[in-house]
Amino acid sequence: MTEQALPTIDALPNQPISPLREVWISMRANAGAMFGLIFILFIIFCAVFADLIAPHSPIEQFRDHFLQPPVWQEGGSWQFIFGTDDLGRDLLSRLIYGARLSLIIGSIVVTLSLALGIAFGLISGFFRGIPDIGIMRFMDILLSVPSLLLAIVVVAILGPGLPNAMIAIAITYVPNYARLTRASVLTELSKDYVTASRVAGAGTLRLMLSTVLPNCVGPLVVQATLSFGSAIIDAAALGFLGLGARAPTPEWGTMLADALKFLEAAPWVVVIPCTGIFLTVLAFNLMGDGLRDALDPKLKH
Amino acid sequence: MLRFIFTRLSLIVPTFLGIVFLAFILIHLVPGDPVEVRMGERGIAPARHAELLHEMGLDRPLYVQFADYVGNVLHGNLGISLITHRPVLSEFFDLFPATLELSICAVLFAIILGLPAGMLAGAKRNSPFDHMVMGVTVGGYSLPIFVWGLVLILTFSLDLGWTPVSGRISLEYDFDRVTGFMTIDALLSDQEGAFASALSHLILPTIALGTIPLAVIARMTRSSMLEVLGEDYIRTARAKGLGTFRIVAIHALRNAMIPVVTVIGLQVGTLMGGAILTETIFSWPGVGKWLVESINRRDYPALQGGVLLIACLVMTVNLLVDLLYGVLNPRIRRR
Repeated sequence: MTEQALPTIDALPNQPISPLREVWISMRANAGAMFGLIFILFIIFCAVFADLIAPHSPIEQFRDHFLQPPVWQEGGSWQFIFGTDDLGRDLLSRLIYGARLSLIIGSIVVTLSLALGIAFGLISGFFRGIPDIGIMRFMDILLSVPSLLLAIVVVAILGPGLPNAMIAIAITYVPNYARLTRASVLTELSKDYVTASRVAGAGTLRLMLSTVLPNCVGPLVVQATLSFGSAIIDAAALGFLGLGARAPTPEWGTMLADALKFLEAAPWVVVIPCTGIFLTVLAFNLMGDGLRDALDPKLKH
Repeated sequence: MLRFIFTRLSLIVPTFLGIVFLAFILIHLVPGDPVEVRMGERGIAPARHAELLHEMGLDRPLYVQFADYVGNVLHGNLGISLITHRPVLSEFFDLFPATLELSICAVLFAIILGLPAGMLAGAKRNSPFDHMVMGVTVGGYSLPIFVWGLVLILTFSLDLGWTPVSGRISLEYDFDRVTGFMTIDALLSDQEGAFASALSHLILPTIALGTIPLAVIARMTRSSMLEVLGEDYIRTARAKGLGTFRIVAIHALRNAMIPVVTVIGLQVGTLMGGAILTETIFSWPGVGKWLVESINRRDYPALQGGVLLIACLVMTVNLLVDLLYGVLNPRIRRR
């Protein structure tokens, strides 16, 4: 409220600061969000330039170096900074290529589910009646099956593998977006500015997309950032249960499942993918938090 | 109010039919020959295959098969497990109390810690306590159950030796399963140490399963609290000279609870999904572990029945949440 960062002098007073700049100012003041942002940029960098920065191929097996510890432990070497797994594959390289996979998984799942969810939510909130009942019942059916179970069922039908796992996870996220959009639409529709816009002659499509939707974006962006993290977790969970990415794909959950038998003998094989999943998901969640604080106008004034 | 309840109740019928259809279609979409999938064996002779196809009614039109399936479901006939050759329904309800006990403990754990933490953090925004709650919850939310469960086992079971690694109770205790809840049965059995043993087996799975709901509930309570505290009526209450505690605990809480109740309701689905991972890691003999095993053993009737029953359970809880939502927020009722 009062402690909100003040706009800088050059943005004052006659030209209002742009909304994006406003978000950036608020984000900059939030240490967690900045950590998240920087870490995400770092992961994106790793993912894009994986071919250049990874010291080895993620699937190449060094047969003289099974289960070699990381460099800071006794027996480690700079050749394999994070050590190697049971097949002699370099863990750092697998981690870097795994980052690329995780970003792809998150992007595809979130885009797919967000697009479908917003469409369903808008139609449902605006038209009420039969479309609303139809859509929300369908969403209820999907919501009634726990997301991981639904994903497992879809994978059982389509067959295991990463593409099918992503489709399965995306399907499970649609109801949340649809419900969220519909709830925001219903709240916004009862407000005076919508009535004013309607009185001024705005058509339904205009009301939907340019009057109401921008005011519903806040929670959706926050939810999208948070589900980016969940998508990575869920894909890893499917991999962990043996239903997601297949070996030798360097997917973090699959790496974890393969490493479980060495939990006591070679803990780094477990700890490294664990840390990768945790930090990446944490970064997205911290940024989601920061975005929420920045985007929620109610907390601002 | 009555009309509201009636509307919600009538809406559950199509949802139920949808769920049944989902379960029905599952076994048709699963790869492989339908007869072989259902008999669990391969290479059946063609004559026998045709005979079985007719016997199982699989040569009839799909809508007839669906109507038939709905009838069976309503009579509680969910098919026979391919592995144990027992009815899926009784198989499920033998294991369900274990999952229920774990889930109830996890929800209680999440609510008891999450609600006050979120309330306090929201009321004292930007205080050190707020930052701590937000930090811890964002960490909890980012920690996958399988990672968290492994960390808990490594630390508290293997390193410190405080808690057992897996199962529901030590093998030395044996008593009648009256309620199916190990803790209550242990208390009823009057065997010394049985209750403590059951409880110590319950602690780690509860934490592993309850951490995500805990984080979600705390964050939701906080943000909802912040929103409500910015409303005019709170300013009015403040202007009247009411104390902070009264404003937060009585005026703000009631409205702040509306989204929180929804979120707690939605957590039931998350819990059931989480139970799949938690039970797998801790060898907890519940329906989650059973479902994973069913997939691995290609026991599709068991998977089909399990999905249907869990979906119906979540649907029922969602209905209750909807009704509660109407009680808490009269505006919803009138719409």
